[in-house]
Amino acid sequence: MTAAIEFRGVSRVYGEVRAVDDVSFTVEAGEFFAMLGPSGSGKTTCLRLVAGFDTPNQGQVLLDGADVSAVPPYERNVNTVFQDYALFPHMTVLENVAYGPRVRGVAKSDRQASAREMLELVQLGAQGDRRPAQLSGGQRQRVALARALINHPRVLLLDEPLGALDLKLREEMQIELKSLQKKLGITFVYVTHDQGEALSMADRVAVFNKGRIEQLAAPRELYLRPATAFVARFVGSANVADSALAQRMGLGAPFAIRAENIDVQAESVVPAPDTVSVPGAVVAVQFHGAASRWQVQLEGGEVWSALLPDSRRMNGLSVGSRVKLTWPRDAAVPLTPA
Amino acid sequence: MTMRAASTFFWRRPYWYLALLLVPPLLWFGTVYLGSLFALLAQSFYAIDDFTAQIVREPTLATYRQLVTQPANVDIVLRTVSMAVAVTIACALIALPIATYMARHASGRMKALFYVGVMLPMWTSYLVKVYSWRLLLAKEGIVAWFLGKSGLSGLLDALLATPGIGGPSLSSSYIGMFLVFVYMWLPFMILPMAAALERVPGSLIQASADLGATPSQTFRNVVLPLAVPGIAAGSVFTFSLTLGDYIIPSVVGAPGYFIGMMVYVQQGTAGNIPLAAAFSVVPILLIFVYLSVARRFGAFDAL
Amino acid sequence: MLTRLGAFAGLAFMHIPVLVIILYAFTTEDRTYQFPPPGLTFKWFEVAFARSDIWQSLTLSLGVAACATTIAMILGTLAAFALARTTFRGRDALTVLFVLPIALPGIVTGIALLAVMTLGRIEPSFFTIVAGHATFCLVIVYNNVVARLRRLPSSWVEASMDLGADGAQTLRYVLLPQVATAFLAGGMLAFALSFDEIIVTIFTAGKERTLPIWFFNELFRPRDRPVTNVVAVIVIAVTLLPIVLAYYLTRPDDEHETAR
Repeated sequence: MTAAIEFRGVSRVYGEVRAVDDVSFTVEAGEFFAMLGPSGSGKTTCLRLVAGFDTPNQGQVLLDGADVSAVPPYERNVNTVFQDYALFPHMTVLENVAYGPRVRGVAKSDRQASAREMLELVQLGAQGDRRPAQLSGGQRQRVALARALINHPRVLLLDEPLGALDLKLREEMQIELKSLQKKLGITFVYVTHDQGEALSMADRVAVFNKGRIEQLAAPRELYLRPATAFVARFVGSANVADSALAQRMGLGAPFAIRAENIDVQAESVVPAPDTVSVPGAVVAVQFHGAASRWQVQLEGGEVWSALLPDSRRMNGLSVGSRVKLTWPRDAAVPLTPA
Repeated sequence: MTMRAASTFFWRRPYWYLALLLVPPLLWFGTVYLGSLFALLAQSFYAIDDFTAQIVREPTLATYRQLVTQPANVDIVLRTVSMAVAVTIACALIALPIATYMARHASGRMKALFYVGVMLPMWTSYLVKVYSWRLLLAKEGIVAWFLGKSGLSGLLDALLATPGIGGPSLSSSYIGMFLVFVYMWLPFMILPMAAALERVPGSLIQASADLGATPSQTFRNVVLPLAVPGIAAGSVFTFSLTLGDYIIPSVVGAPGYFIGMMVYVQQGTAGNIPLAAAFSVVPILLIFVYLSVARRFGAFDAL
Repeated sequence: MLTRLGAFAGLAFMHIPVLVIILYAFTTEDRTYQFPPPGLTFKWFEVAFARSDIWQSLTLSLGVAACATTIAMILGTLAAFALARTTFRGRDALTVLFVLPIALPGIVTGIALLAVMTLGRIEPSFFTIVAGHATFCLVIVYNNVVARLRRLPSSWVEASMDLGADGAQTLRYVLLPQVATAFLAGGMLAFALSFDEIIVTIFTAGKERTLPIWFFNELFRPRDRPVTNVVAVIVIAVTLLPIVLAYYLTRPDDEHETAR
């Protein structure tokens, strides 16, 4: 079956900067696809290439198997929810939502009826006659959503839509967006720099760094088996040992180990078989509610962290104590050298 | 071609769209404005034949030589520049309390009132304002009446008797001219200054007070330096406007000529357009020099 | 405190001259600028309105302003759309170019135009006056429209196209409603400035006398001084009104700009 979106060797260059550097991937129809990465990593540029606000310097962008480089945004079956919502202030909420049908020539009564339906879908049925300036951030976000969905696009692009909302609202919207996507069956492409968001909502996540995709996999795979040091650090918190450090520890290749897989034990304790043990000194203990993060400085000066549940008795160990960090040998994830 | 097809055509070829937009205004600008500036430059390199009083269309430096060697001409330039400098300084000093009050001490309605109050005279017709000063400064006008009533006429006479700035009456003396210039350009100095002062974040003032500075110390060490770009921007206006003006010196004039007047007179009765052109190149050069100095002080960010 | 006193004094100082002129339009004394005026009357307004030379100049000024403003609004808006948010080689140079007519003193523009007229042996006429005015009026309209365009978030245009509107529809439904006030304001400012223009006009008008030129001549050969004052009041009214309107049009208000 043809992929909803396909990138083939796409590059986008601005002068010296390679915003997108030879990127290829596919997005399947009906999936919730996240593009994750820090600012400037190229994820938003890729989104804009799909929407049509930008054209690649090299390579092809295909929608439903067809090359769209000559197709303007208004002729692609793709709609966007913008980071700043981009609601038109001189139109009412209803007129904003009805904008898509309006520019395609739909009659006023028809398009207003559809718009009202859409607003009901996002639970804003009563707000139709108000202006965007009169709504709260969360409400505006829903209007932007309704406005984009009314055209029944094949793909919905979301550019960090929840960034401006506070934590509680963000968590609610995450659940709503996910269930909306399941209900409508539309392909969602979701850009974010928040790895928690990507992991909890997406079917697959592409991790971007410096214009390239470091890893593209399902959230669980990304978390348990990061392919590179960057992914290991960016998704969840991990301690990364490069080749030099791995050598010093007596282990061969670079690897990553998640903080929650490391145990902190007294210096005198004999490690169990098949565990790796590394000496160090405790420099800080941070209480995080259900767990505590122990920061331990290794002999070479690096600081590694271990996440220990509250139930774990620490028997007199505290800041300054000399300890051993231990973990099961197979809990370490080998990394490709960066 | 339907609108949509046309739109897509231009979406695919953004440079064509740009060209479509830019060609008409550039055509106009190029021919009318730039063309005339080049003509001006060209004229300055011509000279007038002393016998026939016709313009001889052959490139020569004779006109420029005339400009810089004849002491009367040099006088004119110096006189104009010193007036421009004096006006700039006076405007800056007078504008400071007004701009400071507007930007930092007035609030809400008072501030709006002040902004409109400063802009209103700026928007009033230039000629009307100049004319009104003629009335004010006339021998029997308001200023004389006011000075008479307050017993200061002696001061006025003394001022008028001073060589260099005085004259037969206020409305035909350098001091009168100076007053009019300051009045006319004051809003142009106040507004950029107020804008720059307003941009000083309140947190800086608080930090300064927190560290132990008195209000006047804070003003001198924190606020004023940050207002410099605004002062520089305003000074660009006052300097260049004074430099090129010819109406005010002729209406509220003293016998000495100013650059603007010289240009006007030369092209008029004397028909000596090359000399007029050469004279007008002087303010262009001076303004470019002033602009590059002002830019160093941040004037361009405050405009 | 001292600053406050200085501020109010300065503000008052700035308004006195114009108030004085308006006062003098009603004085009964017709030969000197005597203060205080011996009496007040309306008769000079009647006299002024009966004078045909004043009417001629007034019509000429209005005609020139109308033409210059129209040209300026079209060309200035085109230029604004071209330069507001695009990037291309030479864009900065063009921005400087569009500032020149106001940056350089009026006398330079005036004598430059005269230089062209002499070289090309063009006679001064209605069109030479309009040509001079339209050039700086263009800059004023350009400044207003460009400032407004730059304040529009680029996401609005993208959102409109994303939803299915082509360039022309986006212009009509999204851009024009936003830019309309700046466009009108620019036009009104241009009109007012053209009506009041004297510095460049003196060079480009031959026998034609716009109202400011009439006024200027009267300064040196005053016939009925109070009539001149009446004309001054007319000029104040015709130029001040559009400018004040333009100001209120371009003040940002919540209707046209959303907070986030």
